[in-house]
Amino acid sequence: MITEKAVENVAVKLLQLAVTELPQDVKEALRRAYHEEENAVGKAQLKAILDNVELAEKTGAPMCQDTGVVIFYVKAGSQVEGLDKVEEALRKATGRATREVPLRPNAVDPFTQKNTGNNTGRHIPYIHWKVVPGDTIEITVLPKGGGSENVAALGMLSPSQGIKGLKKFVIDTVINAGAKPCPPTILGVAVGGGADIAIKLAKEALLKPLNQPNPNPELAKLEQELREAANSTGIGPMGLGGKITVLDVKVDYAHRHPASYPAAVVFQCWAARRASARIYSDGKVEYLSHKVA
Amino acid sequence: MAIYKLRTPISEEDVRKLRVNDTVYLTGVLVTARDAAHRRALELRKEGKQMPVNLEGMAVFHCGPIVEEADGGWKVVAAGPTTSSRMDMFEDEFIKNFKVRVVVGKGGMGKKTADAMKRYGAFYGALTGGAAVLAAKAIKRVKSVEWSDLGMPEAMWVLEVKDFGPLTVAIDAHGNNLFETIQNNADEAKRKIYKKLEL
Repeated sequence: MITEKAVENVAVKLLQLAVTELPQDVKEALRRAYHEEENAVGKAQLKAILDNVELAEKTGAPMCQDTGVVIFYVKAGSQVEGLDKVEEALRKATGRATREVPLRPNAVDPFTQKNTGNNTGRHIPYIHWKVVPGDTIEITVLPKGGGSENVAALGMLSPSQGIKGLKKFVIDTVINAGAKPCPPTILGVAVGGGADIAIKLAKEALLKPLNQPNPNPELAKLEQELREAANSTGIGPMGLGGKITVLDVKVDYAHRHPASYPAAVVFQCWAARRASARIYSDGKVEYLSHKVA
Repeated sequence: MAIYKLRTPISEEDVRKLRVNDTVYLTGVLVTARDAAHRRALELRKEGKQMPVNLEGMAVFHCGPIVEEADGGWKVVAAGPTTSSRMDMFEDEFIKNFKVRVVVGKGGMGKKTADAMKRYGAFYGALTGGAAVLAAKAIKRVKSVEWSDLGMPEAMWVLEVKDFGPLTVAIDAHGNNLFETIQNNADEAKRKIYKKLEL
C-alpha cells in the first residue's frame, strides 16, 4: 500500500536532494569541463562552480538561490491504488520543502504579481503523468530555474529545410542565449509532433543521464555535431569566454505533420538539478539518482 | 588582469582604475535589487521621495536571495546573481540618480548601461551564476530589508559583505564590455560553424 503521506515524504526528500546535491553524472561532466577548459576566466568560473557544489553538499544549503519552478514527472503503475491522491501529496510536499529545505518562493500570479510564498499555485507544481504497468510509483523532480528557461525557443521551421534548418536553429538559439542561461548548459532539443509536443520532449530530454550516449546512432551523431558546434562559439562558462559552452546535448523527436517542422530548444543551467525515487507497493523507497544513507 | 580589494563607499577614482578582466573583491554594503526594486526606486525618485537607503558609492546586486529568519534577525542561505539584462531598462537611470559605483550580476548588460557606467564612473562585476552558497558565505550580516511587500526575491536586502567575489570586471568605466566582445566573436564563429556543417 502506497500512502499519500509516503508520497509526500519522498517528494520532500527528492526536492531537498535535488537542490543541494547534483547527480553524479552532472558532477563528473562539470569536473571534466574544468579540466578541458583553457580560457583562464572560463576556468575560474568552473572552479567557483565546483567549489560551490561541494559547499552546498556539505552544508545542505541550496546550491543556487533560484530553486526554480517545481516540475514532477510521475510514472504511475496501473495497479497502484489511490493515484487520485498523488497530486495533493506533491502539492503538500512542495509547500513543506519550501519551508524545510528551504526553497525560494517562486510562484507568482501573472496578473496581480503576488507571490504565493510556498511554490504552489495554479498548475504549479506541474505534474507530467505516465501510466505504466506494475505496482510502483516512480517520481522525478526537476526544479527548473528561470534564467535558463527564459531563453528556451520554439521554431516552427520549414519542412523543406529539414535537419539543416534544425541545426541552424539550435546554433542560432545558443548564440542568442549567450551568457544568460548560466553556461555550461545542457541542451534539450526536440523536433516534430507539434508546438507543445516539441517543447515537452525537449524539456524531458534534460532528464537523460549525461554519461550514456543516445541509443539511436543517428541521434547520437547529431548530438555530437551540435555539442561541438555549441562549443565552438567561444561563449564559454558563464559567457565570460572559453570553449565549454555546453556540457551535453540531448535530442528527441516525434513524427510530424507533413506541413510542420516544429523544433524546440530548452536550456538547463549547469546546476542541473533532478532527483528520482521509486516507491514499492510495500512502502519501500529506492532513490535512483542519489545515494541516500 | 589585476586583483583589487574595494571597500564601500567606493570613489570614482577607484572605479576608473579598473579594466575589463580584472578581479575585484568587495567589502562593505551590498544592496539587492531586481526588476521590481529598480522600478520602485525610480518611481520614488520621480515623486521626489526619499530612498530608504543611501546608495551613493555602494554596490547594487542583481539577486533574489533565499533568506531564513534566525535569532530574531535574518540569515542569507543562498544568494547568487540573477540575469542582469532584465535590469538594462532601468540601470542607466539608476546609476545616474543614485550614484552606485558597482553593479553585480550575471550574463552582462547592454550599451545603454555601459554608456552610463563610462559617463558616471561605475563598473559591472560578473559573479558566477548559480554559485549561491559561495556568495552567501561572504555575506556577514543582513542590515535591513526594505520593501518586503515585494516578496523575498524582489525585496531590497541591505547586506554587509566581506571579500565578496571574485567579481570579474566585465564592463569597465572606459566603455569596454567583455560580454559584447564575446557576443561579437560568437557571431563571427557562427559563419565558420555553418560552413563546417554545410548549412
